[in-house]
Amino acid sequence: MIKRMMAYIGEFRKDTILTPVFVVLEVMMDILIPFLMSKIIDNGVGRGDMKYVYTVGALMIGASLLGLLFGVLSGKTAARASTGFARNLRRGMYHNIQDFSFSNIDKYSTAGLITRLTTDVTNVQNAFQMIIRMFVRAPIMIVSAMFMCFYINAKLALVFLGAIIFLGIILYLIMIGVHPFFKQLFRKYDDLNASVQENLTGIRVVKAYVREDHEIEKFHKASETVYDYAIKAEKILVFNAPVMQFTMYVCILLLSWLGAKLIVSGSMTTGELMSLFTYISALLISLMIMSMVFVMVVMAKSSAERITEVLGEKSDLANSGNPVFTVKDGSIEFDHVDFSYSKNENNLNLKNINLTIHSGETIGIIGGTGSAKTTFVQLIPRLYDVTKGSVRVGGTDVRDYDIETLRNQVSMVLQKNVLFSGTIKENLRWGNPEATDEELITACRQAQAAEFIEKFPNGYDSYIEQGGTNVSGGQKQRLCIARALLKKPKILILDDSTSAVDTRTDALIRKAFKEAIPDTTKLIIAQRISSVEEADRIIVLDDGEINGFGTHQELLETNDIYREVYESQMKGDDNDEAIA
Amino acid sequence: MKQSHKTESIDAAGKGKGQNAGTGGEQNPGTGREQNPGTQGKKQRASGKTMKRLISYVVKEYKLSLLVVLAAIILSSVANVGGTLFLKKLIDGYILPMIGQTEQDYSPLLKALSIMALIYFGGIVSTYVYSRIMIYVAQGSLKKVRNDMFAHMESLPIGFFDSHAHGNIMSLYTNDTDTLRQMISQSMPQLAASVITIVSIAISMLILNIPLTLVEVLMMVLIVYLTKYIGGKSGKYFMLQQKDLGSVNGYIEEMMEGQKVVKVFCHEKEAKNKFDELNDGLFESADSANKYANALMPVLGNLGYVNYVLVAILGALLAISGISGFTLGGIAAFLQLARSLNGTVMQISGQLNAVIMAFAGAERIFRFLDEKPETDEGYVTLVNVREDEDGGIEEVKERTGVWAWRHPHADGTVTYKKVCGDVAFDDVDFGYTEEKMVLHNVKMFAKPSQKIAFVGSTGAGKTTITNLINRFYDIQDGKIRYDGININKIKKDDLRRSLGIVLQDTHLFTGTIADNIRYGKLEATREEVIAAAKLANADLFIRHLPEGYDTMISGDGANLSQGQRQLLAIARAAIFNPPVLILDEATSSIDTRTEAIVQEGMDKLMEGRTVFVIAHRLSTVRNSDVIMVMENGRIIERGDHEELIGKKGKYYQLYTGAFELA
Repeated sequence: MIKRMMAYIGEFRKDTILTPVFVVLEVMMDILIPFLMSKIIDNGVGRGDMKYVYTVGALMIGASLLGLLFGVLSGKTAARASTGFARNLRRGMYHNIQDFSFSNIDKYSTAGLITRLTTDVTNVQNAFQMIIRMFVRAPIMIVSAMFMCFYINAKLALVFLGAIIFLGIILYLIMIGVHPFFKQLFRKYDDLNASVQENLTGIRVVKAYVREDHEIEKFHKASETVYDYAIKAEKILVFNAPVMQFTMYVCILLLSWLGAKLIVSGSMTTGELMSLFTYISALLISLMIMSMVFVMVVMAKSSAERITEVLGEKSDLANSGNPVFTVKDGSIEFDHVDFSYSKNENNLNLKNINLTIHSGETIGIIGGTGSAKTTFVQLIPRLYDVTKGSVRVGGTDVRDYDIETLRNQVSMVLQKNVLFSGTIKENLRWGNPEATDEELITACRQAQAAEFIEKFPNGYDSYIEQGGTNVSGGQKQRLCIARALLKKPKILILDDSTSAVDTRTDALIRKAFKEAIPDTTKLIIAQRISSVEEADRIIVLDDGEINGFGTHQELLETNDIYREVYESQMKGDDNDEAIA
Repeated sequence: MKQSHKTESIDAAGKGKGQNAGTGGEQNPGTGREQNPGTQGKKQRASGKTMKRLISYVVKEYKLSLLVVLAAIILSSVANVGGTLFLKKLIDGYILPMIGQTEQDYSPLLKALSIMALIYFGGIVSTYVYSRIMIYVAQGSLKKVRNDMFAHMESLPIGFFDSHAHGNIMSLYTNDTDTLRQMISQSMPQLAASVITIVSIAISMLILNIPLTLVEVLMMVLIVYLTKYIGGKSGKYFMLQQKDLGSVNGYIEEMMEGQKVVKVFCHEKEAKNKFDELNDGLFESADSANKYANALMPVLGNLGYVNYVLVAILGALLAISGISGFTLGGIAAFLQLARSLNGTVMQISGQLNAVIMAFAGAERIFRFLDEKPETDEGYVTLVNVREDEDGGIEEVKERTGVWAWRHPHADGTVTYKKVCGDVAFDDVDFGYTEEKMVLHNVKMFAKPSQKIAFVGSTGAGKTTITNLINRFYDIQDGKIRYDGININKIKKDDLRRSLGIVLQDTHLFTGTIADNIRYGKLEATREEVIAAAKLANADLFIRHLPEGYDTMISGDGANLSQGQRQLLAIARAAIFNPPVLILDEATSSIDTRTEAIVQEGMDKLMEGRTVFVIAHRLSTVRNSDVIMVMENGRIIERGDHEELIGKKGKYYQLYTGAFELA
């Protein structure tokens, strides 16, 4: 995990290495200065030697200025290294997500990916910065302060050693004790956030059922749990400060006692005692910082795990070694195709599909909820790979194509379609970045979108809000169809893409398809028989199997499911036909 | 995702964030997305107010605890400073006198050390006490903030959710609350301790030596100035960083939501390029923010050393010249104080960024808490009643299944009216925004147990009508009457309790399938739940799930198909058992074959109720008692199926449109 993350330091390697170097130089100044201080007191002030005070004072000021310089420099490189590392992590994850296949995407929730790209990266960034600054600083500080202490007075230094070991053990115990509570706490946080998210999306249901109080009560419970775990964790953590103080004060008292004896006996100076006081506080503070950094690292660890999970996710669809870059025509063949989302042969979503669709045909697809209509068409642009058998487009196995070539020729309007923030024009140009305004208008005419777009005050330059929330469902669907048409594909797939469009407009769209793109193979998934009945042939899917495949008339005569659907939609039709 | 029906027409909203200036939409508070904090002027004044409010928010709940905390902080700080002062005594009073004496008497030193030990012990105990109490204060305040925000959120009108990005509201609970945690649990006690320490250090310094204290004050002025400069810089970039983080978040959210579309259109390269651009922007501002923040400590620390040297030189001069009776121990103690002072200032500066961020967070939270909740002047309530033989109505506590409106009048009398489901619109005008009306002069009435259908193209205003009946939005003009009572007089909760709604976008909640059905009636028994599921024809698929009715639903029911979710929504409405039912495209995602099966249950469900149906599928609306054909916010035709077909008007066109091209 660490190795994989480290690779993302990339061009910030220099800053990452320079930071500890500057930190070491800064720490050296930090250690030198108290030493000089004690000299000023003993040799200068103590003996009334002002010249000495000036010289060493100047030296000390020089050292502080150098310390300042190195401190600022290390801060600068640390900032650059850590934020740069974060940038690379976000970039790496985002780029990898873009290469995900549909089945990779299915594995992660949108919210989960967003958290990984933002909060988790921030956690890692902060921990990384702490590591390169403090993990070098604190140990050096401890070692050199120890060294100075031993240099001043080895016997007294033993007191320090004891103190450090004592504090170290206690801090370690605190951390060990607190970790499981924090882990639980984070999980509870997730639940709490999920409950907010849920209420945001479902607010109409909450209000319609007057369940505000019920939701508030549920939330209070979740928030109470978070509170409980937070208290449990912090109750342990709270020992940090007093234990630290305790150690420090014990040291001061011991130093005072022992130091006094040493000074009186003449084996130590008052200045030396003063610097020992300085070192001991520096020492213990460093230890304290280390324990804090450690807590941060432990917290960031779970973030890092979640990041590497995304970084390591390999797309399970890869271009073949020697890809084909042209699609001959819009014919489609399914050859003994089995498919399972879970790649489990015993849990097939599609079973033994065999059929041939000719180039330019219009094919309707009908089937109940969960009959695998969407699954069936998603295999054609190779959004998923078959589990067994093969799908051929233009006579070539889809796995042999260059993926981009294939998908540009197989245009699909998804059931859950999305528009992006930007103008209508920008959205349409997803289909073809080079499309001229005329081409845009033509496509919109065919999709029956031109009429309403032209009514907007800004026409094709009207701004679409994120997710297309400022156009109605039917308008959105028509824009999505126009966008797909702009690709000028050899195969066009509409996955229940006109469900929010009224019957008349729906019919007009199909009429336009017939006239404008007769050579394109069209696959239309629909709920309404009227949407598919004039197709060349209709596939009836039932529970992942082909139940019928033929023309409207043929199916009406031979297929029970089809007839049942037809009758359910046309019931009482005698009446209408009389009028029409 | 947002509800699709909140804007039935693009003209109503949508230009709020548009790039085309001058469309007029920008001035509209309802349509604009929440602005990024910190971009406005008058920040200074606002943050002062925010601080006051934040402090009072915490203080109000925990007055007593905070008093104890304050006392403990004072004790702890005094112990700390006392320890420093003791060093002067140690050297001057105990060690130096002993030097050169033949008979060393350590007992005074021992006694002094024992007293110090006691003081230190007091300090340690106080530190523990205040840290421990602060846990409860901090976590309790956070809990309160979260609960207050959530309760407030539940009270906000639907319009609020239409015009605010969900990601933005979410981050109030995460990012913004997190900044408060640091502020309350760390910054506040530390700042309090620091102030007390500074005061006690200043006093001690004055006692020790006045000229040196002046030098110290001068140095402090310089340090404060520098802190302000560097802190200001880093604060500026931190704000910028939060803003850039916001845009990166927004972009990620949008692209992840549409990731499959990106794949289908092979748009990965463009998506990467745009992201890289935003990501680099974030990197730049984060880099600058951290750079300045990191610089603060070394600058202050080392200036502290310079200060130290100056004090040492001056102190030495004073001690040597013997002016003002300054001693070696005096210098040592003063230097130690100078060092503590420097450390304290560094501590304050260390909290500076946390405080800046917390203010930004608190400001956003308070702005959210200040959003106007749904108002409700209604006083007519829904009660359970029992009817006696001669038609009299008596209010009872228990659930009888018979409901009535309890209508108190100005003269103190109370009348009861049985809930029948009589709905009438009288010349209703409505627009989501003032400028753009969506409904004009809508007149209609529904008799109890009638089935009323609305048809018309998208954007005609069908959903809007149903949103008015339950008062998701308030009308601009006209009147809506429910059982003869103006709906403005009915308490909103009671009004909604009498209406069952099944929406096009089904939303489910985390919990089991049974919990979700029970959402319509919290105290429903298992049998009732199963009966409702059977009615909606959901029973069959539920039984096929691995855990049946106890299958957990997570993530808005992502593990169920759209159709299955809708069946659950219908079951939920069935158990709710309201006199009036609104079905907004309730069956649009159910295939027609299943719909035919559901229809049976639906028919049972609709029996004896007033039902409003919105559907695209004309087969769904055909057997309605009255069909309203809507266009551009007006009802243009009304009548039953036969009448409308006979009219050969819009309905006829809509209905036969499917066949004319065949």
